[in-house]
Amino acid sequence: MPTIDLSQDDLRTLNQQLQNAARAAADSQANETDWRVENPRGSHAVAVGLDGPIAVTVGGSTGYYCAGMNKEASITVEGSAGPGVAENMMSGTVVIEGDASQYAGATGRGGLLVVKGNAASRCGISMKGIDIVVHGSIGHMSAFMAQSGTLVVCGDAGDALGDSLYEAQLFVRGSVKSLGADCVQKEMRPEHLERLSDLLKRAGADARPEEFRRYGSARQLYTFNIDNASSY
Amino acid sequence: MTDHPHRTIPVKSWTFDDRTNSEIRRAAATGIYDIRGGGAKRRVPHFDDLLFLGASVSRYPLEGYRETCATDVSLGTRYAANPIRLDIPITIAGMSFGALSGTAKEALGRGATAAGTSTTTGDGGMTEEERGHSDKLVYQYLPSRYGMNPDDLRRADAIEIVVGQGAKPGGGGMLLGQKISDRVAEMRNLPQGIDQRSACRHPDWTGPDDLEIKILELREITGWKVPIYVKVGGARPYFDTTLAVKAGADVVVLDGMQGGTAATQDVFIEHVGQPTLACIRPAVQALQDLGLHRDGVQLVISGGIRSGADVAKAIALGADAVSIGTAALIALGDNDPKWEAEYQKLGTTAGAYDDWHEGQDPAGINTQDPALQQRLDPVLGGRRLSNYLKVMTLEAQTIARACGKSHLHNLEPEDLCALTMEAAAMARVPLAGTDWYPGKAGF
Repeated sequence: MPTIDLSQDDLRTLNQQLQNAARAAADSQANETDWRVENPRGSHAVAVGLDGPIAVTVGGSTGYYCAGMNKEASITVEGSAGPGVAENMMSGTVVIEGDASQYAGATGRGGLLVVKGNAASRCGISMKGIDIVVHGSIGHMSAFMAQSGTLVVCGDAGDALGDSLYEAQLFVRGSVKSLGADCVQKEMRPEHLERLSDLLKRAGADARPEEFRRYGSARQLYTFNIDNASSY
Repeated sequence: MTDHPHRTIPVKSWTFDDRTNSEIRRAAATGIYDIRGGGAKRRVPHFDDLLFLGASVSRYPLEGYRETCATDVSLGTRYAANPIRLDIPITIAGMSFGALSGTAKEALGRGATAAGTSTTTGDGGMTEEERGHSDKLVYQYLPSRYGMNPDDLRRADAIEIVVGQGAKPGGGGMLLGQKISDRVAEMRNLPQGIDQRSACRHPDWTGPDDLEIKILELREITGWKVPIYVKVGGARPYFDTTLAVKAGADVVVLDGMQGGTAATQDVFIEHVGQPTLACIRPAVQALQDLGLHRDGVQLVISGGIRSGADVAKAIALGADAVSIGTAALIALGDNDPKWEAEYQKLGTTAGAYDDWHEGQDPAGINTQDPALQQRLDPVLGGRRLSNYLKVMTLEAQTIARACGKSHLHNLEPEDLCALTMEAAAMARVPLAGTDWYPGKAGF
């Protein structure tokens, strides 16, 4: 397995090698599809812009925007991740063994983000199709303006969950401190349980779908109405 | 009218004038603030308040049409491996597909390319019409991230991180349901027909320290090849420019309050932000203080640029290039009097129409209505825009030659005087007939 050591190589070298390997894999011409990154030491923008089916394991914690705009790659961070992990992810899988800072999965369009610890505020902000499973709890203003995709929280959710939500689906097992504007609890139907079951399984989460509650948009703010002015 | 010889004539309030009263009645009747497109319509100090001095005994002019006056500019020379090299210092500003039709975006691309300049995407992602017809395309990175993806990011010739815009510094966007066609909805990943809000700040960074890391990420994704611009509205131009540069921007785009928008609250457009004229010198000062003016980081000015005279004045004050949006749309046919009958039906008149968000633009530019879009021929529209850009360039060259300059970038504040105290203070050039401007030592 090729290893890049960030105590010796710089960030440009790291990303260039991973991006080249990912593209080669996308073209079915890759010699190496399993990579390891050592000594990340909180570096920013680790393993960003990968667009092919390679696997990258980061042996430590990362700074901002790890796995940003990921496409098809499977990236595992053995430590914790700084703000904006997997931002705007298109596809693939990103797993954080520790905790994730704010904006985890922001604007993500596809793929699966798994946070095995907790995620801070604004988890899933403006998400556009990504699936996010957090084994622990999430902070305030999570799923703000979330457009589509699924956010699963095995622990608790902070204040203002799903504020100004569009069509994303939210599932929380624990308590919700408060719901944001236009976010309401909704009926859990069989298709939701099925969806939840699949995500929990893929994320390796030890929880039963029946333990969760579902939240979604009341769709009252979709068209401006002066009588809802206090909610805007 | 009955004759009342001993009464004074009726006097309307200056404070409560007809326009004010009509707005109060409209607000009371509808329960919604006035949303419109365009930029500030109020009179503010502008380039019209400046004049060039021209040649004299101490300055000799260049011969028109015979002696060269170059117009080229390179944007993004600081860090990017592939700076954008333009034939003319007038670019097309970001305007979204969604607000504009795909045909209009194609026309902008055609016109810009024919004139040797760049065009810019907007808050709706990159369309094939625009990419395919734009030799140089700047891809906007906006708070909404509608349509954002790494493939388009890598297809761009530059990336413009939008922090704000002149019409609404500190404000997000709004695309009302009337313009949300299936295609627009799909690109923005939202249900068809709903009002689409665009966030006012980025979802995954706040502040200049974060911005520096965001720029690093975008450079790593694009291999440090393309320039990264940072666009700000005319709020605190000295500090915004300083912070953008320190965060790693190759180019700062500064948009004054006359800069347009597709749709936002009238109260926002008219009451937030500074006039373009007031923004330029503080931004230039910031670049000079950093030792990067005309040598490292380029400054692009927008907001109310209409003519070659405006171009020349902006450059003389220190801009490296300008950007046009409203003027480009007018060149395509926006607010053309030939559609007057239809403007009348909409309760307005040619030259005043600004309800672009309603999707009924008679000119077929600011609409997603297939029938209306047919009114704009993208080839002809592109030709009109190219003509206009070339005329502006010739006008700017005419002025520069008259000032003895062999390149537009050789224009300088010393070539200017101001007609008003306000313009003198903002532009930091002497009031005409004096050697003084407000704020200059010796007052």
